Amino acid sequence: MCITCGCGTDSAHIVNKDHDHSHMNNKGHIHAHAHTHESIQGHDHSHSQTANGMGQQNTESRIVHLEKDILHENALLAARNRGYLDAKSILAINLVSSPGSGKTMLLERTLTDLKEELLFNVIEGDQQTTVDADRIEKTGTKAIQINTGKGCHLDAHMVMHAIQDLKPVENSVLFIENVGNLVCPSMFDLGENERVVIISVTEGDDKPLKYPDMFHTSGICIINKIDLLPYVPFDCDKLIENAKKINPNLTFFRVSCTTGEGLKSWLGWLMERSAELRNR
Amino acid sequence: MHELSIVVNIVEIVEEEVLKAEAESVSAIELDIGKLSTIEPAAFEFAWKHGIRDSVLESAELKINYIQGIGKCSDCNTLFKMNALYDSCPECGCYFSEIVEGKEMNIKTIRIEEKLKPEKES
Repeated sequence: MCITCGCGTDSAHIVNKDHDHSHMNNKGHIHAHAHTHESIQGHDHSHSQTANGMGQQNTESRIVHLEKDILHENALLAARNRGYLDAKSILAINLVSSPGSGKTMLLERTLTDLKEELLFNVIEGDQQTTVDADRIEKTGTKAIQINTGKGCHLDAHMVMHAIQDLKPVENSVLFIENVGNLVCPSMFDLGENERVVIISVTEGDDKPLKYPDMFHTSGICIINKIDLLPYVPFDCDKLIENAKKINPNLTFFRVSCTTGEGLKSWLGWLMERSAELRNR
Repeated sequence: MHELSIVVNIVEIVEEEVLKAEAESVSAIELDIGKLSTIEPAAFEFAWKHGIRDSVLESAELKINYIQGIGKCSDCNTLFKMNALYDSCPECGCYFSEIVEGKEMNIKTIRIEEKLKPEKES
């Protein structure tokens, strides 16, 4: 059993080659903290007694005014992750996209190209297999795989345990590659500094309008596979125009992880952002 | 299908409250869900049916208040109704806006059923 939060049996699963184990409960990625933490708001209930809704004589009804954020447990754990990472000046980046947009390949290129400049750690999120963590480890970077089982996103609880296992060093960069899904991961703060959404040119320039939440909650948008632009009806300017309707503050990078085109500015941004944290 | 995660979170929060209150059961729950949150009503209702099985919410009456999205234009401060995240200010056309309402995902109230305490003897 996990000492930190009391979670027990498995479904979402952290695969660590040193000591493979599970941290999550049997509801998958959702963690039953229900009986271990006090509510933030405490017990500020009004005690208006009402007629018995059950039609029984031996109980009475009471309305409890909770006014509680449904995701507040995730928000607490995300804040905890953020505090830990911040104290160690670790830049945490949550990579989100549809499946197949090139998150893992972008990571492989980034980790290889900046091997001499920055220290990296990677948390990989997928429903099944350790294929992505294996790919990352081939670049010489320490990686840990979270298998979410049926879960469609990572949450702050899974990432908390992955960080405990990974033990990232001070001044490093922690990449968290989320489950490939352009919808669900947008709701779950992991405690990251930056959320980076990747869209490839084979997906269509109307995606931001169709799946606005991910673009609304991200700070960086990487347009990947630009080497395929001659073969697909994708208009980069139209994509940017659509994404800016959702989030005018987005910063864009146009890259091809196959040819290396455009990667220099992305890598430059990453080095600058990490230096900002280290030199505070 | 993050709606199921949301339902499971609700069940956990309510179970915690029921335990604290030493209540018998929950007969009603009221939620505030913003129209600009990522909750899809049909998917949520489907997830609800399955997610509350064998929980304290199994027989609770569900009421959802869907909250209209309201944006505030960052340029001209106009408050306007937002039905989608890409809606622009109707006054100046600007896309820079702050979402004032419509992102809520809150449990507003629950109605718990408690055992009647025996009256004090005089």
